[in-house]
Amino acid sequence: MINYALLMIAIGMFAGFAGAILGLGGGIILTPILTLLMGVDIKYAIGASIIAVIATSSGATIAYLRDKVLNLRVAMFLEIATTLGALSGALLTGVIDPKYLYILFSLLLLFSGYNMIRKLISHQEVLHRAHPDQLSSKFKLDSSYFDNVEGKTINYQVEHIPGGLAVMYGAGIASGLLGIGSGAFKVMAMDTVMKMPLKPSTSTSNLMMGVTAAASATVYFFNGSIKPMIAVPLALGILVGARMGSRIMRDMSARTIRMIFVPILFYIGIEMFMKGIG
Amino acid sequence: MDKNTKEQMTEEMADVQLLIGKILRLGVMISATVMIIGLVLLIVKGNGGYPNNAFPTDFSQIWAGIAELKPYAIMMLGIFLLILTPVLRVVVSIYSFYREGDNLYVWITTIVLVILGISFVFGILR
Repeated sequence: MINYALLMIAIGMFAGFAGAILGLGGGIILTPILTLLMGVDIKYAIGASIIAVIATSSGATIAYLRDKVLNLRVAMFLEIATTLGALSGALLTGVIDPKYLYILFSLLLLFSGYNMIRKLISHQEVLHRAHPDQLSSKFKLDSSYFDNVEGKTINYQVEHIPGGLAVMYGAGIASGLLGIGSGAFKVMAMDTVMKMPLKPSTSTSNLMMGVTAAASATVYFFNGSIKPMIAVPLALGILVGARMGSRIMRDMSARTIRMIFVPILFYIGIEMFMKGIG
Repeated sequence: MDKNTKEQMTEEMADVQLLIGKILRLGVMISATVMIIGLVLLIVKGNGGYPNNAFPTDFSQIWAGIAELKPYAIMMLGIFLLILTPVLRVVVSIYSFYREGDNLYVWITTIVLVILGISFVFGILR
């Protein structure tokens, strides 16, 4: 039993570390490891993934007493769309065939991957518009952060707020209906659609996905999908891993993070597409 | 607003954010501690305290199990506390925006909290 617990803690540390750097919940990494390698039933793997998302988010949160990279206004503004989406997703269970959602979301992810490659080639990480976006100004979403790698404060603007809200609503539906953490969609809404720089995008996604996951976690908690023997050592490992990941992310360049992100996006996109057609 | 009061305000906000950081850290620490106690008990006792490797999934079972120091009951409480940590994040954000005097965001964040509350009730009822 102690070996099993230690193994789960180690897996959790890895998933939390990678998840916190990329702004992903870790479900993408965990579900295959748990089901394929550890022989965990898919029901308990999904339950553990939901807890993993929350642990990643909270582990990243406590890395700093004052987090100066994440954008709290963007997080809460978009969180309205995500939590509403999660609630709609839960209500829509059985109404919509998940098949079409898998195909739709996979195409979105592949498109986002293509956009990230374009950003890598063009070397354009930060948006500078001549005129600030009206909605963005109204909701005070433009902000700045200190980039450790470049050694300076980076002011940034965001745009296409309605588009960002729409993707976030979709991300919420995906997490409520398909039981996925949807961190990839959150980063996509901020980075690809709203043109927020990558580091604030992943940090803000880290915060948001915990809140979204909490909205659906009680369902899993009370229906018995969360097995303590799996979820507890995993969550403990993740808390430690995510705390480290969140700190190390600050010293990585946005380009490096993007280069790790792109293949993962394509991997998730193709996997979801296969689920949709198969 | 002259420069001095503005500086005072930023300093005050820095204090508020430090306080919030500490509250959040405490919340996560409490849930982690409960999970660790449960896990250590599980390893020491060698079983979760329930027949057929079952575990409690509602509050009355969990409370009863904690009274008997059943490892799985304590672990489930730790998980539930962890689920509450993002909610705590939203609550302290409301306070932070309130101290900043940003009423628009006090409202926006309160809406998020209300939707979360509805989801919780929904989860318990389902």
